[in-house]
Amino acid sequence: MTNAAQSIKPHRATMGIWYEFATRHRASIVAVVILIFPLVMPFTALAVNILIYGLYALGFNLVFGYLGLLSFGHAALFGTGAYLCGIAIVHLGWPWYAAIAAGIAGGLLMALLIGVLAIRTRGIYFAMVTMALSQCVYYLFYQAVDLTGGENGLRGINVRTIDLFGLRIDFINPMIRYYVIAAFVIAAFFVMSRILASPFGAVIEAVRENEMRARASGYDVTLTRLLTFILSGGFCGLAGALQALHLSIVPIEILHYETSGLVVMIALLGGMGTFFGPMIGAAVFLVLENIVSVWTVHWQLIVGAIFIACVLFFPAGIWGTLIARGRR
Amino acid sequence: MTAVAGQTKEIILRTRGVGKTFGKFVALNNISAEFSRGAITSIIGPNGAGKSTYFNLLCGAFPPTRGSVEFEGRDVTGLPQHRFAHMGIAKSFQITSVFPQLTTRENIRVGLQALVSRYDIWRPRARLTELVERADELLALVGLWDSRERAAKTLAHGEQRALEIGMALASQPRLLLLDEPTAGMSPEETRTMMDLIVKLAKERTVILVEHKMKLVLGISDRILVLHHGELLAEGTPQEVRQNEAVKRVYLGQREH
Repeated sequence: MTNAAQSIKPHRATMGIWYEFATRHRASIVAVVILIFPLVMPFTALAVNILIYGLYALGFNLVFGYLGLLSFGHAALFGTGAYLCGIAIVHLGWPWYAAIAAGIAGGLLMALLIGVLAIRTRGIYFAMVTMALSQCVYYLFYQAVDLTGGENGLRGINVRTIDLFGLRIDFINPMIRYYVIAAFVIAAFFVMSRILASPFGAVIEAVRENEMRARASGYDVTLTRLLTFILSGGFCGLAGALQALHLSIVPIEILHYETSGLVVMIALLGGMGTFFGPMIGAAVFLVLENIVSVWTVHWQLIVGAIFIACVLFFPAGIWGTLIARGRR
Repeated sequence: MTAVAGQTKEIILRTRGVGKTFGKFVALNNISAEFSRGAITSIIGPNGAGKSTYFNLLCGAFPPTRGSVEFEGRDVTGLPQHRFAHMGIAKSFQITSVFPQLTTRENIRVGLQALVSRYDIWRPRARLTELVERADELLALVGLWDSRERAAKTLAHGEQRALEIGMALASQPRLLLLDEPTAGMSPEETRTMMDLIVKLAKERTVILVEHKMKLVLGISDRILVLHHGELLAEGTPQEVRQNEAVKRVYLGQREH
């Protein structure tokens, strides 16, 4: 993973060429796949959903897979992004781009708040503290009815057209909406690839690998964890903001702990600590849910069983297993 | 400053009356000592003497309950450990501590990076080429050049210990603290390690914690003997070897 191009050099002969290609051009590959994606999906809104949940999982995976902390409160980051974007449009009448910025800022800020309180705990305690804090956030937004619509959700986020450099884009058209959202997701993937390849990306992994050693080497472990959590909040906040624009409503369920659990499942399914894993996990999970729920109301039973089978037989996740095969 | 035989010895590290208690247990009691720059000083003592506790106070792993630690004339008591690395103090761990899934080279490269870039999230780290070059030099120095692309967890025990030394050197320390660097090593690996330590000590100050006194008698300039959390004796290897108290509690053990 780290310095992939360097560390795989001696095995070049035995290694699949596609693997090296994929590692080198991971951002560009995502761009191409995202472009043709809605054409192969049963309907465009599903493709949009996959993009948004993939982005949410991408942000989550920075903390879960790369930093090595299991957060069970990421719904608060995703949800705050969605609500702040919605509030900016409904109550403040901000333009769409400012509302998205508000969503990102909301995710960053909420991550700072939760992070400051939770980051000194480890393992199961970190999961519990983040979950408890995200429940606090849930009730906060639930109670603030005037601002958030309470249990009815925040309605009326109507963005019909998007003005871009004098161009009026029809945001109601599903395909156009998909590509607008895809542009943000591609940008986010690019930023994530920069972060992972940066010096700080190496520090994140060092802290995951050995906290004591990282400290002795001169890294401030607590600050590194907090900054990573905040960065993760930015990605999740963006995902939330796009979700608000996509749905035209922010349901209160977005802050529910099920939303936190969902992203854990998506990341595990796709492959924790892998670059493409979150997006692939989101695609597999949501497509499965879509197919099975047409067929039976007990779709969760079947999707759950498939999830358990995946964790048992592919503990590295779908993408993680493929990568391991490719390296061999 | 103390003048010894007409020359002023420069003190790099000094502890004044440091003590450490864990709950009611007194691990270390009132230790005052000075460490000269450029020397190899060994801290020895039987099991439970407080060697590791003292070591951890010196490297900032935890603060002392009492007393103060001074590095290059500056009070560093209670500073967070990552700051110690920035000041020029590096440590190796008693129990091998590396980044297991990273390559040997990346282990050292990350160690080097701590002085250059800790929070840059944008520039590609591949562009910090001088770090890779420095890492390669250190790999050669500690004898791990051939293992540079292997994951650290796949290295043999002795190689992991050498890697740790390399990582400690990465922060370009003026003071190198080694906690039982030969623990669990074969006699052959031990000899290699001792040679390496002597080599390293030519350019920097080394403080060594060691359980086996015999190992350090030959290479140390000065020896501190701890016993039951107290400083029992201090002096040159010759003086320590002839010290009656030391003989009783330490060397004498073998005769019974």
